Amino acid sequence: MKGVSCRWLVLGGAALILLPFALELLLGNGWVRIVDFALLYVLLALGLNIVVGYAGLLDLGYVAFFAVGAYVYALLNSPQWGLHWPIWIALPAGALLAACFGVLLGAPTLKLRGDYLAIVTLGFGEIIRIFLNNLDSPINITNGPQGIELIDSLHFGSLSLGQMHHVLGLRIPAVVNVYYLFLVVVVLGMVFSHRLERSRIGRAWAAIREDEVAAASMGLNTRNLKLLAFAMGASFGGLSGGLFAGFQGFVSPESFTLQESVMILCMVVLGGMGHIAGVVLGAMLLAILPEALRAAGDWEQMVFGRIWVDPSNLRLLLFGMALVLMMLRRPGGLWPSNARRNELQGQ
Amino acid sequence: MDEYPLLVAERIGKHFGGLRALQGVSLSLGEKTITGLIGPNGAGKTTFFNVLTGIYKPDEGTVHFAGAPLPSGKPHRVAERGIARTFQNIRLFSQMTVLENVMVGRHLRTRAGLLGALFKTAGTLREEQAIRDRAFQLLEFVGIAAHATRVAATLSYGDQRRLEIARALATDPRLLALDEPAAGMNAMERKRLGGLLEQIRNMGTAVLLIEHDVRWVMGLCDRITVLDHGERIAEGTPREVQTDLRVIEAYLGTSRSVTA
Ligand SMILES: Nc1ncnc2c1ncn2[C@@H]1O[C@H](COP(=O)(O)OP(=O)(O)OP(=O)(O)O)[C@@H](O)[C@H]1O
Ligand SMILES: [Mg+2]
Repeated sequence: MKGVSCRWLVLGGAALILLPFALELLLGNGWVRIVDFALLYVLLALGLNIVVGYAGLLDLGYVAFFAVGAYVYALLNSPQWGLHWPIWIALPAGALLAACFGVLLGAPTLKLRGDYLAIVTLGFGEIIRIFLNNLDSPINITNGPQGIELIDSLHFGSLSLGQMHHVLGLRIPAVVNVYYLFLVVVVLGMVFSHRLERSRIGRAWAAIREDEVAAASMGLNTRNLKLLAFAMGASFGGLSGGLFAGFQGFVSPESFTLQESVMILCMVVLGGMGHIAGVVLGAMLLAILPEALRAAGDWEQMVFGRIWVDPSNLRLLLFGMALVLMMLRRPGGLWPSNARRNELQGQ
Repeated sequence: MDEYPLLVAERIGKHFGGLRALQGVSLSLGEKTITGLIGPNGAGKTTFFNVLTGIYKPDEGTVHFAGAPLPSGKPHRVAERGIARTFQNIRLFSQMTVLENVMVGRHLRTRAGLLGALFKTAGTLREEQAIRDRAFQLLEFVGIAAHATRVAATLSYGDQRRLEIARALATDPRLLALDEPAAGMNAMERKRLGGLLEQIRNMGTAVLLIEHDVRWVMGLCDRITVLDHGERIAEGTPREVQTDLRVIEAYLGTSRSVTA
């Protein structure tokens, strides 16, 4: 049994290492870039899963933490303030500040439930975005709607991931460098999520999710534990934001809209709340499918000889239909955790 | 009774809008005792538990526990001080396993934090094993260790009640407060439960118990407090309470209200 799972691990690892080259060869560099962004979404979904899946709290403003991490990296690594700090400071700083914002958002929502919680968190996300949009006067901090440009690419000392490298005669373009970095971070994110879930803290979160009154009566400090969940989830978001800024080289408030928050929540819910593998699957699917559907226009042209439905509309249409169908057929998500499955079967 | 009682609740009052659920209720109990809290439906027994364990803030009165005032309205602080409870309508973490339910009860008496969890430090692993061992031990004590890996919701009613007791015991309480632990049990199970509660008392944890089966409770408890319409109408040994006119009246009174 152990030998078998070990073999799968090696095979899976090899596939993940070779994936960017295969993609580059078959579909072109653009697709490696799409997968890079998908990995950032996976990290975001893993973070939101801590809040929504583990602790059972709703958060419709999660993209705010992504924004905080992105702007921290951007300000510490761009001509905006003339700073060029190493990423081992800039990335953790973003994650840490995002965690603080997580507590800031969490504190006033502790007593709220359901609809009210949704509305307050939604408002929080929008407030952060509006701040970023307007903090260009009286003192210019964020450069307002123009955003921050010329952000240094991710780099370790003098080794920049934003350039092409040659290793043993192999061409490794920027998108592939970044892929490996993101992959490592995502794997670490999965390992940490898994460990959290199985820990004393994770058990306490599950207890609060199942019955808050009973949890408090067993001596759980529900306030602190919820704040911890918000902070942990937010730090994943902040880290993802930092990586995003370093990869894209440009940030502006319009990257951090409510729609993004909803998308990340969909990834968690669609994949299977509280289940790491499900959440990763959900994030990959929702990040990549819309890109794949871009090609739908060409297919229509080929099959019908003309374009019936505008491809971008078709994307949304299929997306919406898939969501509705999913919720009807598999309410626990594509790949639910055992607990969720029991819960739904019990009803 | 001991010279210094473990719990002293004085003149507790609690109302919901116009309804006086509790009015000037006092109750004290000593270590190594089993105390019964009885009374007709709606007498205010559960409300008293909720005040005691910090789920409700009382409108009047104070509670002292082990010589110091008990914080009101903070259930987790009450548990920390050493009062653990079960619920009339069972409140387990129903999708977690039986063992995990009890492990949650150990949270209070253990320390492992975030970093320990993320990096699996030796100390954290050791503590986790200790939590698991103690939880299993408690399952054996209440007699449901065979179901340790089952999902809590799948247990029989009686076993769920036993699980709630094991989970409460996991917090190392000095007082165990049980809200109708024998509800839905047959005579055999009641007898076993009675033996278990005596064992718990003899090991040094006081027990406060709400119960409707008067005969069972009389045989089990050292002292009994009787509530009716939010007021304490009697307090004493089972024998004293049994012959108290107001108690007889209260229990007959329930049938009077039926005929009215
Ligand atoms: N949260 C609440 N809001 C309003 N009224 C309440 C609340 N909790 C209890 N009551 C009322 O207070 C009174 C006492 O209720 P309580 O549950 O304490 O009775 P009890 O003695 O436990 O009864 P039972 O034997 O049926 O469990 C009842 O009239 C009940 O309807
Ligand atoms: Mg009751």
